[in-house]
Amino acid sequence: MKWRYFKQTIFFTVVRLSALVITLSLAGILVYIFFHGFQAITWDFLTLPPTDSMTRGGIMPAIVGTLYLTLGAISVALPLGVISAIYLSEYAKQGTFIRVIRVGVNCLAGVPSVVFGLFGLGFFVVFLKFGSSILAGSLTLGILILPTIIGASEEALKAVPQTFREASLALGVSKWQTIYRIVLPAAMPGVLTGAILGVGRAAGETAPIMFTAAAFFTAILPKSIFDEVMALPYHIYVLATAGTHIEQTRPLQYGTVLVLVALVLGIDLIAIIIRSAMRRKKRW
Amino acid sequence: MTRSFREIIIKNIFAFFAFLSVLLLGLIVIFLFREGIPLFQQISVFKFIFGSAWYPTYDPPEYGIWPLIVGSLVVTLFACLIAVPLGVLSAIYISEIAPASVKEILKSVIELLAGLPSVVLGFFGMVIVAPWLQETFDLPTGLNIINASVMLAIMAIPTISSISEDALYAVPREFKEASYALGATKFETIIKIIMPAALSGISTAVILGMARAIGETMVVLMVAGGAAAIPESIFDSVRPMPASIAAEMGEAPFGSGHYHALFATGIVLFFVTLAFNLIADYISNKFKEVGSGTL
Repeated sequence: MKWRYFKQTIFFTVVRLSALVITLSLAGILVYIFFHGFQAITWDFLTLPPTDSMTRGGIMPAIVGTLYLTLGAISVALPLGVISAIYLSEYAKQGTFIRVIRVGVNCLAGVPSVVFGLFGLGFFVVFLKFGSSILAGSLTLGILILPTIIGASEEALKAVPQTFREASLALGVSKWQTIYRIVLPAAMPGVLTGAILGVGRAAGETAPIMFTAAAFFTAILPKSIFDEVMALPYHIYVLATAGTHIEQTRPLQYGTVLVLVALVLGIDLIAIIIRSAMRRKKRW
Repeated sequence: MTRSFREIIIKNIFAFFAFLSVLLLGLIVIFLFREGIPLFQQISVFKFIFGSAWYPTYDPPEYGIWPLIVGSLVVTLFACLIAVPLGVLSAIYISEIAPASVKEILKSVIELLAGLPSVVLGFFGMVIVAPWLQETFDLPTGLNIINASVMLAIMAIPTISSISEDALYAVPREFKEASYALGATKFETIIKIIMPAALSGISTAVILGMARAIGETMVVLMVAGGAAAIPESIFDSVRPMPASIAAEMGEAPFGSGHYHALFATGIVLFFVTLAFNLIADYISNKFKEVGSGTL
């Protein structure tokens, strides 16, 4: 009898330890990046372009580039994702067609990010002749985050009680109007949470933009969507691996990493907070 | 235009957009092949996959990706050895053992870990883990299999943990209650009742975690070391497929054999991860009904 409880104690300890290890890994990485990146963050660092062959100066063009790319990505993925989710949740009936779509979305979600990069290069950059540009990079990132948006939106739509739809239909309102006026507004907070998470994902990706949008260095800000841009993740990769001043530019690297992490995790945290607030004061 | 006619049009437009994901997947395949297939006018598929020399810039070039495939498999395997126990155990903790407040915090931790950009983990592995490994084990380089595996494991843990947790959470309450009523301890209930009932979900989680690890690019690009050779120990450098594609695409002249070879490597990578995803999808669908009636 004692042995049974002893086994349980050991198991629980191992399980707790594994949760602790994961938490400490995250905390360790964040604390380390914060304390090393912290000194590099100055007003000039955030507002000036790199100077002296990227060994001094700031990262402003990379911040702007990342903003353009993520905004572009979300404006592609959000409408497509929400429409797909509406179809999957409101219109579709069980059957082969829907099954194919679901498998397709799952598989799209599993495509490696570097393969998206290759696709973007082959399709947008070369075939459609967009060149390495904000447009090509945004479209590539948009496709990458599409499954995330579809998943989150569908979940949000499914969480809207059936009675809402029935009440509206009973008043003689058409199906589309019910969706547009009743279901979608009720699901909006959930949809937005998904969109925010998608933005965070797009902001941190490197491989998809390496061959489709990211420039090593640009002195000026992009003027059109057909220009190349610098981007934070790519800038980190470049500073950390290329060139002859790797050790010398360490502070800049830490600073850039801190800005990217703060941006991405800040975005994720906003989504997490919105969602838990939503759960707490659910109106139905 | 009548109302019902308009409704039908809306429905069909929406169906088209929903189908777009499938079309995009098809487009990805088409364009990978379009740019990858020309390579096979130069060498056979067999020599490409099983060729043991990757010297794309030599004259004559050699495009054998076997060392790259081995590199991908090795880092994925070791990453799973770390990530599967940690991911599944943390899921058990979150779903079955943790008090409500800890649970919320841990779920956020897992989610934030999932949100950590891969380039940041790659950077961390390069700057912190590599020098430490190099000094501690007296190695020529700290950029090697073990470093890449640890960093990949951190990327795969959130996938494994969150999907496993969903599976554990979905096990009907009556199962647990019946087990407790028979006098089983919580530990016995978890191991003998809950885990078997959630097994298909946990398997899906592990497969998707592996797919995540094998396709991850920036981590292996930055910390795996980049040696395109079959490794002999876990302290050797490797060059997994994604790393090779990302590192060389910038230098490969457009339309050259090298360029096509990198797309062909992308084809291999794509189909490996596609297979993982289809298996995961099959398992999760086949064993979907974990209701009281099905066991």
